[in-house]
Amino acid sequence: MADADDIKGVSIRVRGLVQGVGFRPHVWRIARELWLTGDVLNDAEGVLIRAFGPRAALDAFIAALADRAPPLARVECIETAPLNGPAPDMFRIVESGAGDVTTGIVPDAATCPACLADIRDPENRRYRYPFTNCTHCGPRLSIVRAIPYDRATTSMAAFEMCPACRAEYEDPADRRFHAQPNACPVCGPRLWLEGADGAALPLRGARDEIEAAAALIRDGAIVAIKGIGGFHLACDAANEDAVTRLRAGKRRSGKPLALMARNVAMVTRYAHIAPPERAALESAAAPIVLLSRRADAPPLASSIAPGQTTLGFMLPYTPLHHLLMEALPGPIVLTSGNVSDEPQSIANDDARERLSEIADAFLMHDRDIVNRLDDSVVRLAAGRVRTVRRARGLAPAPLPLPLFQGAPAVLAMGAELKSTFCLASGGRAIVSQHIGDLEDAATHADCRANLALYKRLFRFAPDVVAVDAHPDYHATRLGEALAAERGLPIARVLHHHAHVAAVMAEHGEPLDATPVLGIAFDGLGMGDDVPDQPALEAPHLSTGKLIDNKGERSDAFQRTHRPLWGGEFLVADYRACRRVASFAPVPLIGGAKAMREPWRNLLAHLDVALGWDEASARFGDLSILRRLAAKPVAPALQMMARGVNAPPASSAGRLFDAVAAALGICFDEATYEGQAAVELEALAASVRCRDFGRWPIAARKLPSRGMGEDGGPIRLGWGELWQAVLDDLARDAPPAIVAARFHAFLADTVADTARALARRDGLRRIVLCGGVFHNRLLLEGVLERLAGDFEVLAPALCPAGDGAISLGQAVIAAARAIPASPR
Amino acid sequence: MIHGAGGRATAELIRTLFRRHLDNSLLAQGNDQAAFAVKAGRMVMTTDAHVIAPLFFPGGDIGSLAVHGTINDVAMAGARPLYLSAAFVLEEGFPLADLDRIVASMAAASRAAGVPIVTGDTKVVEKGKGDGVFITTTGIGVVPDGVEISGDRARPGDMVLLSGSIGDHGIAVLSKRENLTFETEILSDSAALHTLVADMVAAVPGIRVLRDPTRGGLGATLNEIAQQSRVGIRLDEAAIPIKPDVSAACELLGLDPLYIANEGKLIAIAPPDKAQLLLAAMRAHPLARDAAIIGEAMQDPHAFVQMRTRFGGNRMVDWLAGDPLPRIC
Ligand SMILES: [Fe+3]
Ligand SMILES: [Mg+2]
Ligand SMILES: [Zn+2]
Ligand SMILES: [Zn+2]
Repeated sequence: MADADDIKGVSIRVRGLVQGVGFRPHVWRIARELWLTGDVLNDAEGVLIRAFGPRAALDAFIAALADRAPPLARVECIETAPLNGPAPDMFRIVESGAGDVTTGIVPDAATCPACLADIRDPENRRYRYPFTNCTHCGPRLSIVRAIPYDRATTSMAAFEMCPACRAEYEDPADRRFHAQPNACPVCGPRLWLEGADGAALPLRGARDEIEAAAALIRDGAIVAIKGIGGFHLACDAANEDAVTRLRAGKRRSGKPLALMARNVAMVTRYAHIAPPERAALESAAAPIVLLSRRADAPPLASSIAPGQTTLGFMLPYTPLHHLLMEALPGPIVLTSGNVSDEPQSIANDDARERLSEIADAFLMHDRDIVNRLDDSVVRLAAGRVRTVRRARGLAPAPLPLPLFQGAPAVLAMGAELKSTFCLASGGRAIVSQHIGDLEDAATHADCRANLALYKRLFRFAPDVVAVDAHPDYHATRLGEALAAERGLPIARVLHHHAHVAAVMAEHGEPLDATPVLGIAFDGLGMGDDVPDQPALEAPHLSTGKLIDNKGERSDAFQRTHRPLWGGEFLVADYRACRRVASFAPVPLIGGAKAMREPWRNLLAHLDVALGWDEASARFGDLSILRRLAAKPVAPALQMMARGVNAPPASSAGRLFDAVAAALGICFDEATYEGQAAVELEALAASVRCRDFGRWPIAARKLPSRGMGEDGGPIRLGWGELWQAVLDDLARDAPPAIVAARFHAFLADTVADTARALARRDGLRRIVLCGGVFHNRLLLEGVLERLAGDFEVLAPALCPAGDGAISLGQAVIAAARAIPASPR
Repeated sequence: MIHGAGGRATAELIRTLFRRHLDNSLLAQGNDQAAFAVKAGRMVMTTDAHVIAPLFFPGGDIGSLAVHGTINDVAMAGARPLYLSAAFVLEEGFPLADLDRIVASMAAASRAAGVPIVTGDTKVVEKGKGDGVFITTTGIGVVPDGVEISGDRARPGDMVLLSGSIGDHGIAVLSKRENLTFETEILSDSAALHTLVADMVAAVPGIRVLRDPTRGGLGATLNEIAQQSRVGIRLDEAAIPIKPDVSAACELLGLDPLYIANEGKLIAIAPPDKAQLLLAAMRAHPLARDAAIIGEAMQDPHAFVQMRTRFGGNRMVDWLAGDPLPRIC
């Protein structure tokens, strides 16, 4: 011990993800190693430490806080201040009182190596115990009902700890100190195996239920397995019959199914793995990683990922999964336990009711899943692992935001189909897990429940509610209701502006950042002809064609006709955006129906580009045109001509659909959102040679000054594109070559247009965003073409698609509330 | 039509035209108002302005529609319609032959329904200031004792009944107006529902809600009722009658039949123990042979309307802010 004179005091504030992750015991352990005294506690801002000791020991202590932080902790900053007063004679952990606030909740985490060692050790009291966890791993968001995050507010409340578990829980030296879901075979949740009829299934010589379930899977059965964030359906991935049965039961015809493999070595047999992909697979988030399938992979059921060149793999992330996979020789299909687009089951009774037609057996347990969490999905593109779906393991980790001084707290409601919501305040954004399609009533209810939970968990009281400009989004309605209830102002945000702003925020662009050129490509979003328009105008009387109001022409309050966007070039900062170029609008024949039936987009595109009569006169012999002619072309053309439920949209997604349909991909229907585009990309990616021949289309020339005569944006038309596609088909070019040429052409067009616009308007930074940029070929193609000359920002932490809309809405609403500083 | 308002020749032409079709003792008195005696009791009164393109459509025209629409609005209170009035705004240049057809159709509809048009008015506006013809009809009726029907009376557990197939009128009008041809011609369901209502009220006086799902269709109307009554409503998609040709047209057009207008259908909400009785009474009437129980009211502070789909999922059935616009990206 040093002399009393050398003892200094320091108060240390640690911010970041430092609660519920074993940070206080970590502090306690280091303090004891270094013979420091003082205390550590959790409060509303994070962790607060008072430490006393010699100068050198204190410095070592502060360094070790971050350097040796527990696996799930994320230290964002450490602030120190000198502290006077007498040093206490020991170092203690101060218990959180009932009134203390926590700063949130961390994502669920995959089983840590130490817990894995426990369940594999026959001498350990947790040998083969499927609910083993510690402060470094295990369920979090999925089991929490309220704050403070304490055992009593989780679904572990029902299980009283045995003395052995209690001792671990109370010992700061133990890695299960304050691990809220701590459990063991004596006191914790219990597993069982039942048949589709609810009767217990015999183990048939298996060691336990997990091995019995593995045996069933080996024999071709479909087993429903209760996991962390919901039920899964599992079957042998090499068993064509089982996979086909699974698809039929789920009524899911085309969408790829996720796989689980025992370990990286097993994945490697099926797919190529780059180091960042391996890191993602083995991360605590344990997402599904979309990997490029090996040509020499051992056989898998062909219906796992039809039309794809990728396979979605994840690794075991609970002890149950580890034990199950150890009993199986190959990968399994592990897909959400639901029928078609409904949310996956989380409750035992619901699973029995909804899944008994599909599953032959249920591997159940008695720990409730409180919050539904789908598996997250990521994909490597242009050198970074990028989020496709952000859910289990990733949410609700806060995203640091550029600190907007004086910004209000914003609740942003997000979009419709891949909805998330976002709470933004104090320089951070909490984006919810992927919630899903809000038209589904169960998902809608889930969204409302999650909103309430998040507001409690993060003690969030919004000052503003931000919604999409689309008046009929369920998310918009929910936001309007919430705002009305509390008398809060509503900020309406253009869909594609939100896409751009989300990427700006993710990249830490400051509030008064100079404008970027935002390239936002997706299926559809509400646009606006008036540039720089923050909100919907007040409703006023207008006549328009009504379809459902008794066929009356002029009797209702209607919105003014607003354009539908989806292929946009915007000059944007956080507060405003201006459209400078866009895809030429093409009618969506039958509105949303056009998304489900790609032939409609092919017809519309051909009619706009060439005229249907000319196209059929010149190319009528092509089999694809004959196929199209067999569709109800006459009424569809009439719908376009008369504007009957055929709203024009500058949609990039529908251009992909149309080109896919021209190549026979999903011609009649797409069974899941984006299927045609995904399969078109896969087809293009199958072309390995780089010299597939470009279409001889000259780079686009932009007007040298300003916009077009009418002040409107530049329109990118697709006449030459369609001419080239049809010429290729007429020459019997292989569809894969056409697909590759299309991707290259589009990347050229986008890059040329962006380059010209950015130069004209003096912009240095370009943002790529919108669901179409989940297309790796397009993203990498555009990045490659622009990277040398511009700073190109692309999404990674948040999805390129609509999962990021809530984040964009939040930062836009926050920025608008702050007056711009003069430039 | 040759002259503006007040032209003597026009006025005379119109008078003879109306007289010829709409002949009844009250109108024949030639006064500026109709005078009649009513028994004491609860009266209802409603008015509706009718504008439609095209004026003539398969299964009806603006004339029959103006009669049916107002009779139905009266009947949806459980009332027996007594009298109608009609006011016409005609655009200069409107063909008299068309006017003749429309008034004849109104007269036929009124006669068939047994509800006379007892007073009326006509104005002619300059060319370009109207759209052919606008017709406003007003109706009054009397509610039988003990009947209390209102949109705010649905209770959790009540059953929701529908008198027949949806979407016929809207699709018929749309396909005529936009010159869309389908395999078979789809006819409007335009009809007067008061005799059906009379049979229903006689069978089940305790009906809680009646409403005709006209503009905005079944979806909008059920949302209105849910809001008024502060209940949730759960529909069963498989139970909702729809004709195959209407369904096929909706498929092609990408329109949701839930939001398409009807002019000869009604929704009834009744206590659960009376639902079968009511259904039987409806099916016994020629206008409701395809009646069905399509859902039920539930406890729900949000007053959401949901629908159990054919695939077993549950879908939110929201009201729309205007034209249906695609939501999904
Ligand atoms: Fe989008
Ligand atoms: Mg009315
Ligand atoms: Zn652990
Ligand atoms: Zn225990």
